[in-house]
Amino acid sequence: MSELKTLILGRKNVDDPDDTDGMPNDLMTVNMGPSHPAMHGTIRIELTVDGERVVESDINPGYLHRGFEKESEHATYTQVFPYADRLNYVSPMINNVGWALAVEKLMGITELPPRLQYVRVMISELSRITDHLTCVGASAMELGAFAPFLFLVKVREWIYELLEELSGARLTHSYVRVGGVARDLTPDFCDRVTSILDRMEGVLDEAKGLLNGNKIFYDRMSGVGVFSKEDAISYGLGGPCLRACGVDYDVRKDHPYLNYDQLEFDVPVGTSGDCLDRYLVRLEEIRQSTRILRQCVAQIPEGPVMVDDPRCVMPDKSETYNTIEGMIRHFKHIVDGIRVEPGEAYTFVEGGNGELGFFIVADGTGRPWKAYCRSPSFINLQTVSKTISGRLISDIVPIFGMINMIGGECDK
Amino acid sequence: MGHHAEAPAESTDELVVLSVSDKNKKVRTVQVHRPVPEEVSFLPALAKGLGITLKHFFGNVVARKETETIQYPEEKKPYPARNRGLHRLMLRDDDTERCVACMCCPTVCPANCITIVPAERDDKGIEKHPAVFEIDELRCVVCGFCVESCPCDAIRMDTGEHATAVEHRYESIMTKEAMMDHKSIMQPDVLAKRGSLSTAVQGGTGPKWREES
Repeated sequence: MSELKTLILGRKNVDDPDDTDGMPNDLMTVNMGPSHPAMHGTIRIELTVDGERVVESDINPGYLHRGFEKESEHATYTQVFPYADRLNYVSPMINNVGWALAVEKLMGITELPPRLQYVRVMISELSRITDHLTCVGASAMELGAFAPFLFLVKVREWIYELLEELSGARLTHSYVRVGGVARDLTPDFCDRVTSILDRMEGVLDEAKGLLNGNKIFYDRMSGVGVFSKEDAISYGLGGPCLRACGVDYDVRKDHPYLNYDQLEFDVPVGTSGDCLDRYLVRLEEIRQSTRILRQCVAQIPEGPVMVDDPRCVMPDKSETYNTIEGMIRHFKHIVDGIRVEPGEAYTFVEGGNGELGFFIVADGTGRPWKAYCRSPSFINLQTVSKTISGRLISDIVPIFGMINMIGGECDK
Repeated sequence: MGHHAEAPAESTDELVVLSVSDKNKKVRTVQVHRPVPEEVSFLPALAKGLGITLKHFFGNVVARKETETIQYPEEKKPYPARNRGLHRLMLRDDDTERCVACMCCPTVCPANCITIVPAERDDKGIEKHPAVFEIDELRCVVCGFCVESCPCDAIRMDTGEHATAVEHRYESIMTKEAMMDHKSIMQPDVLAKRGSLSTAVQGGTGPKWREES
């Protein structure tokens, strides 16, 4: 055992600097990324290593910075939706919903039609499933388990195809609008959701069968990247990573938005806050999302999917084509954008990786005076430097995978 | 653990209920079941995993009943009806463009990929038309706002085709003529289904539009 440790660490006794056993005595700096197969998105970690052990790390995000917040100041409130799509590009619908809710709060629209609330909950939960599937699948693949990745991405593709049928694009949906959604659900949407969920259960069982009892996977995940409850709260960690530490906080539970206060679901929490708990919490959340989706499919009422508010809703096409009033309203919407009263608002939703918040300062024009995005990935990324220090280089892969940093959202 | 006594002592699917939310009684906090070291194994788990992958292997190779992949260039999945693809300009009855160069789409385009140069037109009471109408498909973010913003149904993205790879960047710029030539950008069956004429009527359908729509 001690020989093995020597082989891995490169030293007989890492604590004793004199015991170098012919190995170079000084530390080495290694760049991991920005283009590295295990770095989701483009990110660079400057590692100072002592043999295989990480002594210090400097994480450099920003390679995918597009200036979302600044761009938003030059775009009308509607034109931000394509930008918001590209924040967390594995769960774009949640970003869309978050932005729409923030603008609606600013405009004082509190009563949304029931069908619209169900539609938004359904697309959010579908997006949450795709987010977790990607995270779990990709992390398993990075640890050498390629089959679960293929199984889970297969399911993700079914959901993407469904959302493509709904919105017109596979990934960059731009489906939600201020005051509603772009179009009503397709006629067979609910049946398709049910059939996908039915098929997904089998695939999830297979993936669990491949991973959960496997000692290789267990040893790579268990006890790795441990984060205490207190640290998690002080770092502002969110989402599955926070709940894995045992903190019982979920925006859907503690600050219900849309109709989450009427739905039945469980919030899974972990005990030790290591990578295995993060993985298990994500798997359980997929199951809870399917429960929410099944309730929505059963309960979704008929009705409009746009609020009846001429301030934010474009006139119906037949009205635009046939009446001068409709035509003028149409042009005002396009040239001026949605005129929002001066003020500021912050809205937060439960994103795939934590609390996704949008803060808008409006100055009465059709464009935000200032927009800010509280991107969970960026905040979760802060913890990586702490959790990888003192661990082996190979532990960076599961820790980073389970943080599930999404480049577009982190770098904004 | 005060909450624990209140909560119903049920544990569905090996989940331990920790508390119930006070905002919504139907939301519970549960603890995930963490595999204990006795549950994980090396060889038995490996054999079980191999069984799952072998089942898929034979299912895919021998029975071919659950193969998800398709032989792409030979075999294509048609895009759904709402798919946003390449742009096309809708036509009037006399095969001229419907666009009246109102500049809505270049205004609303988040990527600034539409170029319109308006020109006068001296017939049929339609005053303007685009002398140049170009869309840079490389800049386009395929959001579909141009279609939504068109007040006369002159531009659509329902070609069912996506932007193709090009050798030079200028080749990706679609000109007005290219976007009006529906036969060369669309598959014949898609074109037959969706047509070339717009649903909007010049000057509106008159005072009775409410009954008709």
